[in-house]
Amino acid sequence: MIEVRNVSKIFYTPEPIQALNDVSCKIEPGEVVVIIGPSGSGKSTLLRCLNRLEYADAGHILIEGIEVLDPKTNINKVRTEVGMVFQSFNLFPHKTVVQNVMLAQRVVRKRSKEAARDKAMSLLDKVGIKEKANVYPDQLSGGQQQRVAIARALAMDPKVMLFDEPTSALDPEMIGEVLDVMKTLAREGMTMAVVTHEMGFAREVADRVIFMDHGAIVEVGPPEHFFTNPTHERTKLFLSQIL
Amino acid sequence: MGIPTGGSPRRAKGAYFLWVAVFCLLILGTVGSLYYATQKVDYVWRWYRVPQYFFYHESVAIRSELDGEVKTVATDGDQTRITVEGEGKSLGYQVPSKGLRVARGDRIYPGDVLGSFERWRVGILLQGLWVTLKVSLLAIIFGILLGLFAGLARISSNPALKWSAITYIELIRGSPLLVQIFIWYFVLGTVINTLLARQGIQQLPPLWFGVAALAFFAGAYVAEIVRSGIQSIHRGQMEAARSLGMSYPQAMVQVILPQALRRILPPLAGQFISLVKDSSLLGIIAIRELTKATREVVTTSLQPFELWFVCALLYLILTFGLSMFVQYLERRTAAA
Repeated sequence: MIEVRNVSKIFYTPEPIQALNDVSCKIEPGEVVVIIGPSGSGKSTLLRCLNRLEYADAGHILIEGIEVLDPKTNINKVRTEVGMVFQSFNLFPHKTVVQNVMLAQRVVRKRSKEAARDKAMSLLDKVGIKEKANVYPDQLSGGQQQRVAIARALAMDPKVMLFDEPTSALDPEMIGEVLDVMKTLAREGMTMAVVTHEMGFAREVADRVIFMDHGAIVEVGPPEHFFTNPTHERTKLFLSQIL
Repeated sequence: MGIPTGGSPRRAKGAYFLWVAVFCLLILGTVGSLYYATQKVDYVWRWYRVPQYFFYHESVAIRSELDGEVKTVATDGDQTRITVEGEGKSLGYQVPSKGLRVARGDRIYPGDVLGSFERWRVGILLQGLWVTLKVSLLAIIFGILLGLFAGLARISSNPALKWSAITYIELIRGSPLLVQIFIWYFVLGTVINTLLARQGIQQLPPLWFGVAALAFFAGAYVAEIVRSGIQSIHRGQMEAARSLGMSYPQAMVQVILPQALRRILPPLAGQFISLVKDSSLLGIIAIRELTKATREVVTTSLQPFELWFVCALLYLILTFGLSMFVQYLERRTAAA
């Protein structure tokens, strides 16, 4: 589904920072991969490189066999297949909840107003926020906004969903409702790549856990092995700090 | 509301009214002393002469073109038809019954008044106000289009677009509007009109060069306002739109610009109020807008004090109206 081969990325801020250093990994269809690691380890950058929100400097990223890093690739078409959920929700504040979910369906998928609305309402129902369809995002709690953002990404019928720290900006009591939606998605067989600090979620839902540090993948493994018996010293240290 | 005042205690009602009274006294004092000073230089205020420059009563005379005789006078309610015959011809005239000056059989010479009527005409000040309004509105519309385009080009990654926009903005903002108006009229205007004449096409009137000068001038400032408005929108908005598969133009039109527009309305209003006032410079290229109209009236009436105050007041009405309209737009977009 997604194949990352030897991807590197340097940020100039203006001092060069090696955000990704020769990263390779694979995500199979229906798989839930959770990426963890200390801040600045390059996990968000890796995720953002997958749909070219950041342009990787070197390597290959294949999504369903299409090379994302090829400038000739129609990236807008690739992005319709790759849903993304952000840490800061990024809902469109000038549109109501249902319009947020309808907009890209109308503009990109060229669906009729009725079809887009029906789709939006059923997705809002799915994430449990149907009754707020006609309010503006700033009247919603963080958890509600993030659920709308998930519905908005799902409206494009993506084949894979990327979650970039979806619960990091939320108050603790709202994290559960967002994770529940994500768990439902995982159960339904959605291919997911999730950057998160929610170790409980990783343990429960992930098929594989990737641990990154200093722009490189340190360790990959199924969660039962990863959390109970990590191989690398760096992983052990990280887990001892957060668990 | 407003800047915090450092927790000053609630003012007593009495003190509040005292300062209101002080304000009123200041205004009255200023007006009073100005009036007193004008009396000292023997200026005679004649406000009653001002209204005629807004509307005036014109009396129109209908005159005969023939040497002959009034053949028929047929009154039909308000209107009367007169036929004059002579020199082997016959001409009909329509005259309001009230202003009829001839009777059947009268001997008529060319230029004789057959009848007259009075009508209201729009005075030169109102005409000037209308020209100012027209020029300003046209310049605002073109200024918005130019500014939007230049603002988008300014943040484009394409060097040709970006540098063109920067050159345009810096050139316009770096030279006086008066000079730009001269260049539009005396340089570009001459070239364009000469070229048009060679092709046998009608000349462009000065009004269009005035509109162009104002629109290009305002456009440069609008471009910077648009740029800052777009850049003030959190980049997450663009990322979210693009991650859904929207193209850059789609994301701009659907997501970024609607939000930016709401933020730039107040500075845009300020810019357009400036534009209305700047249109007063167009008098120098033979556009008879409000200021030029006032100057003409002053030279004929010799009442400069009244007329310049009236002129200022008329500009105030335009700018105040504009600022009210933008406030209404702000409230409407805020509600949405």
